[in-house]
Amino acid sequence: MAAHLSSGRVNLTALREAGRRELREFLDKCAGSKAIVWDEYLTGPFGLIAQYSLLKEHEVEKMFTLKPGRLPPADVKNIIFFVRPKLELMDIITDNVLREDRGRSPQRDFHILFVPRRSLLCEQWLKEQGVLGSFIHREQYSLDLIPFDGDLLSMESESAFKECYLESDQTSLYHAAKGLMTLQALYGTIPQIFGKGDCARHVANMMIRMKREFPGSQNSIFPVFDTLLLLDRNVDLLTPLATQLTYEGLIDEIYGIQNTYVKLPPEKFAPKKQGESGKDLPTEPKKLQLNSAEELYAEIRDKNFNAVGSVLSKKAKIISAAFEERHHAKTVGEIKQFVSQLPHMQAARSSLANHTSIAELIKDITTSEDFFDNLTVEQEFMSGIDTDKINNYIEDCIAQKHPLIKILRLVCLQSVCNSGLKQKVLDHYKREILQTYGYEHILTLNNLEKAGLLKPQTSGRNNYPTIRKTLRLWMDDVNEQNPNDISYVYSGYAPLSVRLAQLLARPGWRSIEEVLKMLPGPHFEERQQLPTGLQKKRQQGENRVTLVFFLGGVTYAEIAALRFLSQMEDGGTEYVIATTKLINGTTWIKSLMEKLEPAPF
Amino acid sequence: MSRARADEEEYWHSSKFRAFTFDDEDDELSQLKESKRAVNSLRDIVDDDDDDLERVSWSGEPVGSISWSIKETASGSSSSLDGRDSSLQKGSSSYAALPKQVSSYSLSNLFKGRNKLPSFQSLSDALTDTGVKNYAPELRRPRAEYKDYSSDWNPRDTVRRMQRGKICSLERFRSLQDKLVLLDEAVAGHDGNVITAVLIFLKRTLRREILFRELEVRQVALCHLIHFLKETGEQKLLLDLLRFLDRTEEVALSQYREHLNIQDVEKRREFLKGCIGLPFSAEDTSHIQDHYTLLERQIIIEANDRHLEMAGQSEIFRKYPRKASILNMPLVTTLFYSCFYHYTEAEGTFSSPTNLKKTFKIPDKQYVLTALAARAKLRAWDDVDALLTTKNWLGYTKKKAPIGFHRVVEILQRNNAPVQVLQEYVRLVEDAETRLNLATKYKCHDVVIETYRDLKDRIQLIAYKCKVERGSAEEDKINSILNN
Repeated sequence: MAAHLSSGRVNLTALREAGRRELREFLDKCAGSKAIVWDEYLTGPFGLIAQYSLLKEHEVEKMFTLKPGRLPPADVKNIIFFVRPKLELMDIITDNVLREDRGRSPQRDFHILFVPRRSLLCEQWLKEQGVLGSFIHREQYSLDLIPFDGDLLSMESESAFKECYLESDQTSLYHAAKGLMTLQALYGTIPQIFGKGDCARHVANMMIRMKREFPGSQNSIFPVFDTLLLLDRNVDLLTPLATQLTYEGLIDEIYGIQNTYVKLPPEKFAPKKQGESGKDLPTEPKKLQLNSAEELYAEIRDKNFNAVGSVLSKKAKIISAAFEERHHAKTVGEIKQFVSQLPHMQAARSSLANHTSIAELIKDITTSEDFFDNLTVEQEFMSGIDTDKINNYIEDCIAQKHPLIKILRLVCLQSVCNSGLKQKVLDHYKREILQTYGYEHILTLNNLEKAGLLKPQTSGRNNYPTIRKTLRLWMDDVNEQNPNDISYVYSGYAPLSVRLAQLLARPGWRSIEEVLKMLPGPHFEERQQLPTGLQKKRQQGENRVTLVFFLGGVTYAEIAALRFLSQMEDGGTEYVIATTKLINGTTWIKSLMEKLEPAPF
Repeated sequence: MSRARADEEEYWHSSKFRAFTFDDEDDELSQLKESKRAVNSLRDIVDDDDDDLERVSWSGEPVGSISWSIKETASGSSSSLDGRDSSLQKGSSSYAALPKQVSSYSLSNLFKGRNKLPSFQSLSDALTDTGVKNYAPELRRPRAEYKDYSSDWNPRDTVRRMQRGKICSLERFRSLQDKLVLLDEAVAGHDGNVITAVLIFLKRTLRREILFRELEVRQVALCHLIHFLKETGEQKLLLDLLRFLDRTEEVALSQYREHLNIQDVEKRREFLKGCIGLPFSAEDTSHIQDHYTLLERQIIIEANDRHLEMAGQSEIFRKYPRKASILNMPLVTTLFYSCFYHYTEAEGTFSSPTNLKKTFKIPDKQYVLTALAARAKLRAWDDVDALLTTKNWLGYTKKKAPIGFHRVVEILQRNNAPVQVLQEYVRLVEDAETRLNLATKYKCHDVVIETYRDLKDRIQLIAYKCKVERGSAEEDKINSILNN
């Protein structure tokens, strides 16, 4: 069931297996029957490591969601809390433990598994409540990098960007460095490290320091990765703000993909069977897993959405033809052969049906007038048109009270594409936003300003045009059907981050020194010494493998662009992607907004 | 054969799209429809139970996944659970409220909400300044663990042990020098968990001025402390620190943020009043002032209107009962409300739209847009007319719309304005093409006919004849134009 993890150039099953082993070891420490109480947020990421069957083999009989009140009366010997080290969760645990019936027999034992790290603060907090002593095992499970697909790893740390760039809290960078050390323990020391940005510099420093401090980590594994490229998200603030136009990117923009799952409106997926029309229409959203294990999805996910329709219709013809074959099957042998292929054909058919439905859903949105208007404005900004004026469309959207996040995405995009807005323009937008959406959003606007997304033009100079031209970020003749450049993922705009990766591989960053200096943070190169026996002798025509680590998040469109580079015939480099979180413009801006809702309970 | 295929490829790939072009809509959509038909028709051929193929329960959750199993195993023990489990499955309010927030709510929310739970009451006390010392990492080791204790760990070893999640005594770092070395080691390790633990220790054992002074030259540690103080809600110390650092704007914003925690509107208003004098940037100061003034107004309007509504004397409130209170709503929403319920009031009253416009310097465009939407919703077409009419000094009247007449038409149409009303404004749309489009869309025949007449487009006019009713006045009109 994890075949998709081993399909890539680097076999990530090993990483998953290491995670499973650690989990089993912990479970076996708590002898006897168990119930797990889950921090709901963790079930998604854990689902990518292990299924319930693994837990069951280790005597996990019940599972609950963490919530205040008395724990359900499961008849088990152990209660294990799987939680992130957050104070609010400690309060819920405390409540659970204090309400446990002391008179019950046999008594249940409590344990805590912190993910990804134990926290002194949390334990102190529990101690204050007088419950710390109730826990027999307090351990940590370092779920740093979770394998999402054969070429994709994520830490799923949703607040990483905010912590790094707003609060200067580098804890998530520490975890990133830890994750990279684990990766090197499994796949060998990465000989070359490149980076751009302050956070990248920090992570590289930590890796070097960790290696020095734990000399035992010197391993004798032949290195799988040739290069590590560390990129700060704030080197490229532009890309996530634009609407992604690949199939997977659009699914994420519109419905949100979480831990490889997407929830879709059920209407289009209603099983149409004769005789029960309209009856039992499902009301729960349809949940689908999206990864390369599904052949069709792997083929279309990275295409520009405009190129998806034709692939689907071709597939439909092929499958129809395959099913027609049954009429020609005459002999027993032929029938047998047909039948043996049926399961595969059925899977292909149901996969095609699903994606046809999803494509229809997306098409409804991409053909709407508003989507088109929005995209037009985005593309104008990115190609450098009228970025220094108040934009009519943005004003109209505010007047019609479109969702605030949409407004913020556009205004930030304009700001980034103009190296900051003229003070007059900025003040105008701010006033309109506060008057329409509420003055309290002044806090959010302030956060965006701190993160560099929305700011006044201070230097009086706009660097973006130079950066755009030098890095060829805007391509006028984009081919969406048969792309020859990464700009197809945004129908014209080539993601800056990926352009940096591309130029690093060929011809090297020396050619763009000037532009690199205009982007924030230092750029650097480090080498990690390998024992002579482990130095690679490359075969003729063998591709290099580069791990690109996005600190602060990466979008599906950027992933698509890197996959496109991997597949280029004369590319010479294959990419594996790691990140602190898979993001899109909406989830990203949301993580920077001040939480304004009243207390939850 | 291969030639034919190449042609097909050529066909699929040749479209010269730049950006998203949707003019091929029918084509692509029909492709999708066709594939779907093809695929669905296959259902009849294959086994009906094909859902078993993937073993996916209807919600799409693969059987055996963790979140699926939570539901399954939890429901197994439902009998004695006073119905809690049924809520777990159906996601009724009590259950649904929590897990969603688990992932999103901030620490400060938690602190706010906690006192509602009786068992946590003592905790909020622990958060005040005096209670903070309880917070520090474990300082005295229980006897049982004493053996493990080694007194000669240097700062580096201590930090490393803490990084591995081990509990360490920090008490032994007595001199300022030692403490600072410890802090620097922690910072060098980049592990926020450890940095925070050390900071708590320093905060407890150092005089405030010294702590502040030392942190000023240690930016990373400083950021961690600020973050920590925000999370634990130690507002007073936080403000002291920011003041010491001369980060006045941050002090102001941080203080202003506090208003979100005040539920009582009177208290909130008082609090906002106190915020006005804070050292915000010039631009922000005027916003904060406006925020205060707005809430003040809202409180007066709310009291008045609630009274009016209860008395049942006012027709507008009887006919359109208020759906929610106006308190804490944004300015534009308030303006809409006042245009809806208090349109005709004299400028002197707090609730009159013109008063709001003046007080908050609402731009003309915004004002017209909002008033128009409110009056159109009430179908007060005369008000709409008056709103868009201006008189010059000679006494001539003229129609003017700062938002453009196409927007006016849009808003009126959304509120189901009758054709006669709509027509009047469609006629005023300046651009002929837009006018023609709108007129055709909303069946304002007169405008269409007149526009074609002005454009001298005979062919279109003849074509349009078949779109109007036979024998109608419109048809006569077309005929008379054509005959001239």
